[in-house]
Amino acid sequence: MQSFTQHSGLAVTMDRADVDTDQIIPKQFLKRIERTGYDKFLFFDWRYLEDGSDNPDFELNQPSAAGASVLIARRNFGSGSSREHAVWALENYGFRVVMAPSFADIFYNNCFKNGVLPIRFDEATVQRLFDNAATHSPYHVHVDLEKCEVTDDHGLQLPFEVDPFRRHCLLHGLDDIALTLEHEDKITAFEKAHA
Amino acid sequence: MSSPRTMFEKIWDNHVVHAEPGKQTILYIDLHLVHEVTSPQAFEGLRLAGRRVRRPERTVATPDHNVPTTDRSLPIADQISLKQVEALRTNCREFGITLYDIHDAKQGIVHVIGPENGYTQPGMTIVCGDSHTATYGAFGALAFGIGTSEVEHVLATQTLLQYKPRTYELRVDGRLARGVTAKDMILYLIGQISTAGGVGYVLEYTGTAVQALTMEERMTVCNMSIEAGARAGMIAPDDTTYDYLRGREFVPRDFDAAVQCWQQLPSDAGAVYDKVGVYDAADISPQVTWGTNPGQVTPVASTIPDPANYADETEQKSASRALEYMGLKAGTRVEDVAVNRVFIGSCTNARIEDLRAAAAVAKGHKVAGSVNAMVVPGSGLIKQQAEAEGLDRIFVEAGFEWREAGCSMCLAMNPDKLAPGERCASTSNRNFEGRQGKGGRTHLVSPAMAAAAACSGHFVDIRNWDYK
Repeated sequence: MQSFTQHSGLAVTMDRADVDTDQIIPKQFLKRIERTGYDKFLFFDWRYLEDGSDNPDFELNQPSAAGASVLIARRNFGSGSSREHAVWALENYGFRVVMAPSFADIFYNNCFKNGVLPIRFDEATVQRLFDNAATHSPYHVHVDLEKCEVTDDHGLQLPFEVDPFRRHCLLHGLDDIALTLEHEDKITAFEKAHA
Repeated sequence: MSSPRTMFEKIWDNHVVHAEPGKQTILYIDLHLVHEVTSPQAFEGLRLAGRRVRRPERTVATPDHNVPTTDRSLPIADQISLKQVEALRTNCREFGITLYDIHDAKQGIVHVIGPENGYTQPGMTIVCGDSHTATYGAFGALAFGIGTSEVEHVLATQTLLQYKPRTYELRVDGRLARGVTAKDMILYLIGQISTAGGVGYVLEYTGTAVQALTMEERMTVCNMSIEAGARAGMIAPDDTTYDYLRGREFVPRDFDAAVQCWQQLPSDAGAVYDKVGVYDAADISPQVTWGTNPGQVTPVASTIPDPANYADETEQKSASRALEYMGLKAGTRVEDVAVNRVFIGSCTNARIEDLRAAAAVAKGHKVAGSVNAMVVPGSGLIKQQAEAEGLDRIFVEAGFEWREAGCSMCLAMNPDKLAPGERCASTSNRNFEGRQGKGGRTHLVSPAMAAAAACSGHFVDIRNWDYK
């Protein structure tokens, strides 16, 4: 897995609650058997018009959003289906950080498996980020996972919390399976005891 | 004597392989169900790392999301779908996993075939790369959906890294009124606690109204736990559970001894939940979703809500946007909303009792001329049983299409889908934008309500239905 220590990038806001994984990556793209190449399908139904051209009203299609790598969203981001394709699509597109008041459970977990950092802030703080992004467009933020802190060029300094073990795995790009297999003797013992 | 524990805590404790403070627990997984959509990248990962499937005999697979529900003697026309189904075949063969393939009578929606063949049992930990894995909680199992990286982790290690979720008791006492179903109960509960109300929790549904449910009804309730954001949902096993399982193919050979173990599972008297919600079954009436998430739901005998009535600004925006997408006006009577499509199927409501309930409504009626309606059984075995009972004839005579088993228009990955602007009464679990086809408008309802909408051309209160 790719590691994550620090990231500086352009932030884009998405002022919609309950953005579900069906919106992040619609079902027709789940037929593929690869892990890569999902970037052009991200937010497909919102992003493109019927004729395949860019929807000029969609957040990511704004000229100021070109090259964005930090997504600021509303509550319950990533709800619905367990499809990890949603995180692959965000990551393939270039997003490394998603900040929201809350995330759906499976999506949140899937992020950490793919080097994408989901950060939870309270609603008021997320609103402040929305306001900052509107005031200071283009809005760049710096995310430091070692310090657990988000900063911007305008004096913002926001500490965030992330579970220490997940943080450790992300900082070092550790492979979960290899970590678990360090305890293979315990798995075998468990299986013997419960045979 | 140890302190009283909830059912969740007992099952969790029984499956801890390794726990260290500050780290995720390594939890043993008893049963891993696999389908074609979320597994190919996981098997590829195993191959690249030179790993094997640790316990192939604890792994069961079926193709369900992509499969056509029309004539199965024809090959899958969509080449990309075909490739994905073929990848599942190759992977199962290479790694020694049981596969219920497309021509097997036991093929079907993974969450339907697991229970009907007796794979899913009380006290188990069960996972699948699919959020509706929560269905199996109906048996008093800890069952939840996982992503593809976790699918790979379970294949390789038969374990999962987990933080212990909190527990949330949802108690529904009293009796459901006539015409009010398990689907209405779960839609009502999601409406009460919201689509994020269960995040971080395992739900346990308790109370007399829950205990009175049949096994299939319990599956409908637990199935939609994820729609409330919960990690899992569960119901304590009892005689209803044991009677359902007895005699099924893969239950323990010494069934009575197994029952004795399972009887230890229900939460102890005095066990403490992190959160509790108490509801009265008498408050629940037939439900219809009006918006683009399952929490946007209202009784059939009411009107489409006005976004201005929401106190919270985010909710207001969300409701306005949903009404715009759904092409609805606040204040419209739900019964005045016309539908053009009806879908009876999905892992929520495609079991035999669901089909019986829909057939009872359809019997002697005709599908409205303006409506296209389809019935998609949850599995090949359910299809056979329905045909043995003559349900297929009732549906066909009424003008419903009678299809082969699969996920079908619940998520429209196969050719079954809505056209833009079409409005569907659906027994499935998600009414997200575009879920059943880009621009399609989905209203979630019970099987009886869906059948009644098909025959009326609009939503009707099933409590007033003219059963023939």
